[in-house]
Amino acid sequence: MVAGDISAIEATESYLAKAREGQPALNAFISIDNEGALARAGALDSLRVEARSRMRLFGIPIAVKDNICVKGGKATCGSRILNSFISPYSATVTEKLLSEGAVIIGKTNLDEFAMGSSTETSYWGVTRNPLNLSRSPGGSSGGSTAAVAAGLAPCALGTDTGGSIRQPSSFCGVVGAKPTYGRVSRYGLVAFAPSFDQIGPIARNVEDAAIVLEAIAGYDPRDSTSVNCPVPNYSNSLERDISGARIGAIREHIEGELTRPVRDAMDAALKALQSQGAEIVPVSLPHLDYSVAIYYILSTAETSSNLLRFDGVRYGHRSSNYSDLSSMYRATREEGFGAEVKRRIALGTFVLSTGYYDAYYLKAQKARTLIIDDIRRAFGEVDYLIGPTSPQQAFEIGERADDPLMMYLSDIFTIPANLAGIPAISLPFGSTDELPVGVQIMAKPYEEAGMLNIARALERADNHAPGR
Amino acid sequence: MEIGKEQIEHLADLAGIELSEEEKATFGHQLLRIIGYVEKLNELDLDGVAPTAHTQELTNVFREDEVVAGLTQEEALSMAPDRQGEFFRVPKVIDDK
Repeated sequence: MVAGDISAIEATESYLAKAREGQPALNAFISIDNEGALARAGALDSLRVEARSRMRLFGIPIAVKDNICVKGGKATCGSRILNSFISPYSATVTEKLLSEGAVIIGKTNLDEFAMGSSTETSYWGVTRNPLNLSRSPGGSSGGSTAAVAAGLAPCALGTDTGGSIRQPSSFCGVVGAKPTYGRVSRYGLVAFAPSFDQIGPIARNVEDAAIVLEAIAGYDPRDSTSVNCPVPNYSNSLERDISGARIGAIREHIEGELTRPVRDAMDAALKALQSQGAEIVPVSLPHLDYSVAIYYILSTAETSSNLLRFDGVRYGHRSSNYSDLSSMYRATREEGFGAEVKRRIALGTFVLSTGYYDAYYLKAQKARTLIIDDIRRAFGEVDYLIGPTSPQQAFEIGERADDPLMMYLSDIFTIPANLAGIPAISLPFGSTDELPVGVQIMAKPYEEAGMLNIARALERADNHAPGR
Repeated sequence: MEIGKEQIEHLADLAGIELSEEEKATFGHQLLRIIGYVEKLNELDLDGVAPTAHTQELTNVFREDEVVAGLTQEEALSMAPDRQGEFFRVPKVIDDK
């Protein structure tokens, strides 16, 4: 595209058309920015070749999850409470994408405020899995992963608080990475649980994910949790020889209750890495079984405090059904939030309330330390950790919607990386039926380059991957 | 432990949310099940374990206190559901008796 063989306008028009056509069946997008995207692509096409060649994403259409702000556009978070909200500023990741020449074609659907594992709780309805329309795309970034899997966008941004990039990536057969906590600025991301949230790339292959990550990573003074640590050129080291790499196979995950296709794909993945010279070492992380319990105490506690900002005063929905300030707050939140968000606010309020704080919240923060210690100890012996992304392939839409605990347990393998703040990636590998299986690779903090290198080695060995 | 209607109403009050009668009924049961699950943390011996403050062991992050451009007043007010001039407008808080 830099060379002008295909213009940014042509690429953008083509993806906008696909996005529109995909909408009735998939509902991957909340908004499609036809006009803005075409204007932007036109401006890019008028740039001189020298300017284009400095842009890593020149003319590349990209879909952005709707909890990330793009100035002048909607950022609804899948919630009625932000239905009318137009963002007065752009997230740092948005600015970075644009400065690298990307074209944002639309905002993707998500579970309301990213709270969910199936993209079923959005005010804008359910997103469907393009590989099988009766199945869930996973969540909460299910709009982004469905869009990429269906070819409605070549790449997308998602956010990952407990697995919300990786689990839907595994369900949709795409590559999705959660970077180290602090690697990517969260300025302009609507917070859900700030001690876990990270923005990351979703793409059709490891190389594209690496390029998008390179574009969005880096220190940002506007996010005090972002880390001032150089960003390597991830896409340059993908083809490195992995022989000698020590990869820990997580016993608690691999020997857990997996469906047959997941187990078979996992065995094949370990063999594929071994045959490329990696050393597979069984490791045990004894406290992993507590991950979901820890996560749902801490993340709901953070949620209950965070979402108090939605009160109908400064922006967003305000109820017209009130008699005083207090009833205005309550009626606004009653009308604005869906059931899952309210459930999590109630749970978070409970674990922080007088008499329960020590028994739940403080206990979970201590238990979180045990998980971090387990992982740190494992990284004393191995360079990477590997296991399945999810115990099963994409489940049916509606299957878990009435059982919050079952839904929470679908994040069982992805949550540990968020608890410990380490980078993790999911890539499709070794499925022999229509539904993909995701393999997860985790790395030490700031070791995304090595993680992507291992993922690429695995990708190279895959003969079954759908859609490639 | 039990989570009855009264406790759900108390939680909703603390959280500043309103719940429908139906939500009150289902939430009690669902929260109880979730809380029952997370109580597996009681199996752990956590004596002497420090609670996590930050995963990457960052300590205080300081910066110079410099004035930089932010949103203009007009931009900040542009999304207000109700405003009066340069202020956000809310229902009366102070009684005029």
